[in-house]
Amino acid sequence: MSSRIERAAPAVLLALVLLGAWELYVDLAGVQADLLPAPHGVARALWENAGLLARNFAVTAEEVVLGLGLALAGGFVLAVAIHMSPLLRRAVYPLAVGSQAVPIPVIGVLLVFWWGFGLFPKLVVIALICFFPVVVTTVDGLRAVDPDQPKLLRTLDATRWQAFRFAELPAALPAALSGARIALAVGVIGAFIAETTTPTSGAYPGLGREIITDVNFQTSRAYAGTVVLFAFAIVCFYALALAQRRLAPWSAQPQGDPH
Amino acid sequence: MATELQSRTQPSPSRAASCGGILIENVSRTYARAGSRVEALDGVSLRASHGEVLAVVGPSGCGKTTLLELLCRLQPPDRGTIRCPPAALMPQRDLLLPWLSAVDNAALALRIAGVARAPARDRATALFAEVGLAGFEHVRPGELSGGMRQRVAFVRTLLSGKPVLCLDEPFGALDAITRSEMQEWLERTLAREARTVVLVTHDVEEAIVLADRVAVLSPRPGRVTAQLDVHIDRPRTRTDSAVIALREEALGALEAGRSR
Repeated sequence: MSSRIERAAPAVLLALVLLGAWELYVDLAGVQADLLPAPHGVARALWENAGLLARNFAVTAEEVVLGLGLALAGGFVLAVAIHMSPLLRRAVYPLAVGSQAVPIPVIGVLLVFWWGFGLFPKLVVIALICFFPVVVTTVDGLRAVDPDQPKLLRTLDATRWQAFRFAELPAALPAALSGARIALAVGVIGAFIAETTTPTSGAYPGLGREIITDVNFQTSRAYAGTVVLFAFAIVCFYALALAQRRLAPWSAQPQGDPH
Repeated sequence: MATELQSRTQPSPSRAASCGGILIENVSRTYARAGSRVEALDGVSLRASHGEVLAVVGPSGCGKTTLLELLCRLQPPDRGTIRCPPAALMPQRDLLLPWLSAVDNAALALRIAGVARAPARDRATALFAEVGLAGFEHVRPGELSGGMRQRVAFVRTLLSGKPVLCLDEPFGALDAITRSEMQEWLERTLAREARTVVLVTHDVEEAIVLADRVAVLSPRPGRVTAQLDVHIDRPRTRTDSAVIALREEALGALEAGRSR
């Protein structure tokens, strides 16, 4: 337990230093609170709006988790298809790359036209933003299988499917999870984009839309919401790192893990 | 040697029983690599009857691995005929799957053949005791020593149930002590399991200690330059005078093939 505190110490110390510098800057330079609220103001807003932020956060968290799940599933299936078929690889890869340049508001209206104001179009937006790193890392993982491995499996009479199931699939799992962690880094901002480009019918619109609404007149609350997203991204990242250690304990520790 | 001690552990007698012998006649194999043609084997003829251990020695790059891949039907010969019952390959590198435990790696062939996980594990576990791996069933390959990994790979090959075992430098990566332990162990195992074995090695002594016949290949393209029958009582050791005499003969044949 103490070693865990030791490992977290540098990040906590750096955060405290930055917060102190921020507080001093606002105080000494006399920055107005609607331009940049001081940390103590953000903390107060966080405290006073805890209920509102929590309910909006629940909406956003659901979007991020499900959207990332969709991106992982879709990205993995696409990666396997690309791996299995050179034709698909040539056909799909360039389009997948290009899809990353599509500004989401362009297709936002279409998504709402297809799927309405609910959760699903937001998940599609998040998945569109997140799937690509999963595809790239998984395809690389699938290709990294030792070329002699399929030979060995053939002498053991493995079918193509069995070779995939016993050799390629597990080999690609750590890579896919690494891709998921990259995807997650953009997933939270993806949820923000999803909320601000597709309208919602729910009681709480999610943190992203709440922040956009607050940013001009309730600046401290917008910052408080941002702090929640900030912390959420960190928690998700390390949760995925933990999942990777559980699901693929044989794989080497990638950088950035909480050791 | 081992025919009177019938296989205790082995499945698929239907495949194994009929004719475990190997016949290789006038086989040649050329393949293209980086734009040039590499002649790996040229007119190779070899045979091994059921239950025999045939060792193939030769300098590196003489097509020994190609020969095993031909026997395992991983590639076809360009010329010549090969008659060989189904063969399992133990590759030079063990190629254990890092995410499976040792026992699951050993049971891989059974799982592929459709055996459920629990009985497949039971059968592999039974062999683990015999090869000195008891207690290491659930350890992943990354945590095993080189000798242990080789034994796991060998059990995997054995459990494929194929009548022919193709062993490609099975002890090449091991230190001298582990290596001779493994040789003794292989000897004992083969005495119990009536399998035809093709053992590829560059270690002449190893070939003579383990094999019924030693075929010497020349440098690329591989041709058989000598075949030595090993009529020495088992168990043999490297220091037996008969082994040493035969080793000199084999080394002479290797040298002759090289300078040809």
